[in-house]
Amino acid sequence: MPAVSKGDGMRGLAVFISDIRNCKSKEAEIKRINKELANIRSKFKGDKALDGYSKKKYVCKLLFIFLLGHDIDFGHMEAVNLLSSNKYTEKQIGYLFISVLVNSNSELIRLINNAIKNDLSSRNPTFMCLALHCIANVGSREMAEAFASEIPRILVAGDTMDSVKQSAALCLLRLYKTSPDLVMMGEWTSRVVHLLNDQHMGVVTAAISLITCLSQKNPDEFKTCVSLAVSRLSRIVSSASTDLQDYTYYFVPAPWLSCKLLRLLQCYPPPEDGAVKGRLVECLETILNKAQEPPKSKKVQHSNAKNAILFEAISLIIHYDSEPNLLVRACNQLGQFLQHRETNLRYLALESMCTLASSEFSHEAVKTHIETVINALKTERDVSVRQRAADLLYAMCDRSNAKQIVAEMLSYLETADYSIREEMVLKVAILAEKYAVDYSWYVDTILNLIRIAGDYVSEEVWYRVIQIVINRDDVQGYAAKTVFEALQAPACHENMVKVGGYILGEFGNLIAGDPRSSPLVQFNLLHSKFHLCSVPTRALLLSAYIKFINLFPETKATIQEVLRCDSQIRNSDVELQQRAVEYLKLSSIASTDVLATVLEEMPPFPERESSILAKLKKKKGPGAVSVTELEDNKREGGELNGEGDRGPDPAAMASSNASTPSPSADLLGIRSAAPVGAAPTSVGSLLVDVFSEAGPAAPSAAVNDDGFLRDLEQPTETSDSLLVEGSGDSDSASPSEDPAPPLSEADELLNKFVCKNNGVLFENQLLQIGIKSEYRQNLGRMYLFYGNKTSVQFASFTTTVSCPGELQSQLNASDQTSGTTGRGWSPDPTGTQHRVLTDFSDAPLLNIKFRYGGALQNLTLKLPVTINKFFQPTEMTSHDFFQRWKQLSQPQQEAQKIFKANHSMDTEVLKAKLLGLGTALLDDVDPNSENYVCAGVIQTKGQQVGCLLRLEPNGQAQMYRLTLRCSKDSVSRRLCELLAEQF
Amino acid sequence: MQFMLLFSRQGKLRLQKWYVPLSDKEKKKITRELVQTVLARKPKMCSFLEWRDMKIVYKRYASLYFCCAIENQDNELITLEIIHRYVELLDKYFGSVCELDIIFNFEKAYFILDEFLLGGEAQETSKKNVLKAIEQADLLQENIDFQMRLFAGAAWSSLWCQREADL
Repeated sequence: MPAVSKGDGMRGLAVFISDIRNCKSKEAEIKRINKELANIRSKFKGDKALDGYSKKKYVCKLLFIFLLGHDIDFGHMEAVNLLSSNKYTEKQIGYLFISVLVNSNSELIRLINNAIKNDLSSRNPTFMCLALHCIANVGSREMAEAFASEIPRILVAGDTMDSVKQSAALCLLRLYKTSPDLVMMGEWTSRVVHLLNDQHMGVVTAAISLITCLSQKNPDEFKTCVSLAVSRLSRIVSSASTDLQDYTYYFVPAPWLSCKLLRLLQCYPPPEDGAVKGRLVECLETILNKAQEPPKSKKVQHSNAKNAILFEAISLIIHYDSEPNLLVRACNQLGQFLQHRETNLRYLALESMCTLASSEFSHEAVKTHIETVINALKTERDVSVRQRAADLLYAMCDRSNAKQIVAEMLSYLETADYSIREEMVLKVAILAEKYAVDYSWYVDTILNLIRIAGDYVSEEVWYRVIQIVINRDDVQGYAAKTVFEALQAPACHENMVKVGGYILGEFGNLIAGDPRSSPLVQFNLLHSKFHLCSVPTRALLLSAYIKFINLFPETKATIQEVLRCDSQIRNSDVELQQRAVEYLKLSSIASTDVLATVLEEMPPFPERESSILAKLKKKKGPGAVSVTELEDNKREGGELNGEGDRGPDPAAMASSNASTPSPSADLLGIRSAAPVGAAPTSVGSLLVDVFSEAGPAAPSAAVNDDGFLRDLEQPTETSDSLLVEGSGDSDSASPSEDPAPPLSEADELLNKFVCKNNGVLFENQLLQIGIKSEYRQNLGRMYLFYGNKTSVQFASFTTTVSCPGELQSQLNASDQTSGTTGRGWSPDPTGTQHRVLTDFSDAPLLNIKFRYGGALQNLTLKLPVTINKFFQPTEMTSHDFFQRWKQLSQPQQEAQKIFKANHSMDTEVLKAKLLGLGTALLDDVDPNSENYVCAGVIQTKGQQVGCLLRLEPNGQAQMYRLTLRCSKDSVSRRLCELLAEQF
Repeated sequence: MQFMLLFSRQGKLRLQKWYVPLSDKEKKKITRELVQTVLARKPKMCSFLEWRDMKIVYKRYASLYFCCAIENQDNELITLEIIHRYVELLDKYFGSVCELDIIFNFEKAYFILDEFLLGGEAQETSKKNVLKAIEQADLLQENIDFQMRLFAGAAWSSLWCQREADL
């Protein structure tokens, strides 16, 4: 190469680069860079006009500094100036700078586009290529807008030079990828297809990438390319290795073009024309034959290029999936590669065989390699190759080899890399279920899975084993026995405790006959794990205990003892406390019959699709699980669960909770089990009992829970019974005093309810106020329960709900009754109904007045009706989310707050809070998995307000950054205020 | 292809070419994590790995790692040979290329890459044609320089003649 290429000046640049290289420390480097930046800045700002050479040199230095990883905030203008230089290298450096450091500065874009336009129309091929390279490198929408119609013209014009055509084709491809809507199909499209016939191999190579991409989106318009591609391929495949001169690469004729041709054909079904198809099959056979020939060179480049074509051909054969002969040949070829000394080939063979396994023609042929693949799983030193082997085992598994494969995968799991364990667990769980002939094997496998890799067993997996055990009565006794044995291990995984708790709670009776697993032994075994477990597991265990009371009346005293102890009944966790209290109460007041009804064995789960499979699909993307496999699974799933009907999501088993929506799984399902109308056990009364400490209260005014949920629109009909009369006596005795101003802690109390709907709103020595609320669209309804804590009756008890100030026009708050209470212990719910007219920030006030021992009590609280209660969760994809996020980019639409964490930063807690907020918590949106992203729509009467939320926790600093973007700015601000108090 | 990175054994980035739009922050993050991942791999390991939702194809030449991220349906082996062809092009242009050539003439390394790959796809796979394009550009530069000097000289001499005539 001529010396000029390297030495075309810029000595200053070389000196600067060596200076940087000689810097001993990062600090020295930064110092040197800052010095240079100052120098360049002063040169650019100086009075003296710089000549082209200096400009080029400084721009090049800036580029170098940027590529080192430093920020550059000037020099763009000088680079743009270089574009219009008529010196080639100056122009080239200008374009390079622009390509690397694009700036969305609109003024600049206009200038750049102008310069590009000039070069495109210059008819100087080198300048045209530079301009096209720049468009292809930047590929921005602005450029697409400016040039998307121009480039197709250049591409198909008769007098365009080959090199320009090549650049134009790929430039258009880039624009099509970034802004498909701006590239209009037209008369040029048919001429583009004919570039496949071009004499210049380079033009074909470049054009085919464009054609492939366009055919994927518009297969019909481009289908003529199939026969052209086949004939081109056939010419290459049959050519001698020297025919194509410089397009032959290490004795392989045009490997890149061949691969791309084979790739293009994969966009279409097999050719219908018999002659074309015959020619193609011939090509594929030739490629397979060549793989058997001795290599023409020992160089790895030769074999790589040759095998690249081979693998692409195999992909096409698999894509067609219609030529049994070729499929089997492909499989045999890959089988040879499985033992090749090149790791790369082993890897690719495993990967490619995975897809072959799903074809009915080659499935059996793939299976013959099972021993080699198992061996690969055991002996490969590279984890990525082992992963491929595990994938292949999964793909080749069927009824005949399931036991062997599952056993191998389980034993591999013991030493598997952490990065792939979760996926392995899912796969084992799926295979075990899919091919379970006897269910004791299935249960053993899953319990083994939990034993070996408990941390990686996701909820879906253990939910699933429970669903299956519940739905199949032939395995229940065995499951109870096995899980009981597994729990005896001194250290067992929490997931094992969950499964154990559930199964023994349901089916412990099946093994209770054996004195070694008598009811008390079972209970003690479970309870010995209790204190080591997390809250959700403990909650589950408490449910198991109440089930025990039903199954084994002899354990009642022991279990009540446990429930009664302070660590349960006064547990700081609301969920645990509530369960302990409710279960204790339930076990002491309910008759055996009622208990037996409430705590009946779980009914079989309706079946849809295995949630595990869904999870695996989500993990691997939709392509990961083949269609046949899915259908397979549906079929087998149906058979397995005995039930034909496909009802709601099986995961719902965990969501039937007694009262508060909570993240912890409740397996009891009281709500569905309790017969409607059985007042003593209805949910309302359970909740109410929490508020009265030890009363005999069997509330006559129990809330009919179903009606409460359903009839928001016509509240009076169902709530008549509970919202009893009584306004009369309140009127007469109503104290004439004005309502007191809100309590100083009213705001704080309000904040407690931002993320939840039920709980205790207020409590002092006299009175406790509980709240239960329900929201739907722009309607909300709230029940207030007043508990008298004294032993005396309150006189003249009145409550009023009012909306202060402008809230009146924003929110309709109607007081359904003024429920009074003077009846000692029994609490009396009051309903209020809210209808949001528009967004609001204040809260309605609740004033309570009553006389206690002659003194008038007057207190005012804020009702926890906050704007977020009217959220409708909105699920959306990452793409949609960011699009909307962008749309809400006006500064006032965004509210942001950085604040210190006031509560636990635990993931589960945060998730529960965000869900409680009412928005949809979106997974896989934020590139940083630590962050949370939510979306929802606030429904008001007049309008809907879209809200997007992002919460970025910083565990180290114990800080959060909260960002909200809403279509209405007042909502952003209010939500930001509210939420900043929650975390 | 989504991007190509060249980095040294010490993890210093020597060349980066991005064919998908990403923010600078994302680019830096990807670079940092990928360089770490690749450097941690042992020599005999396979040249391909699944990383995030991409396939990574890499190969080491002397002290430099060449690393490409490709789409799921792209061919790994042919990408490996794309890397090799690029190395050959650099080698031919610089004459037995070494890391220093790429450091000191980084702009040339970019120009050669642009002639070979455009928008992440092979534009011209013939070694001769790519080098011809680069050579032509270099010659063009020389020609223009030559013309400029000639032109400048002519202008100056005519001015000189004018002065002489005036005197």
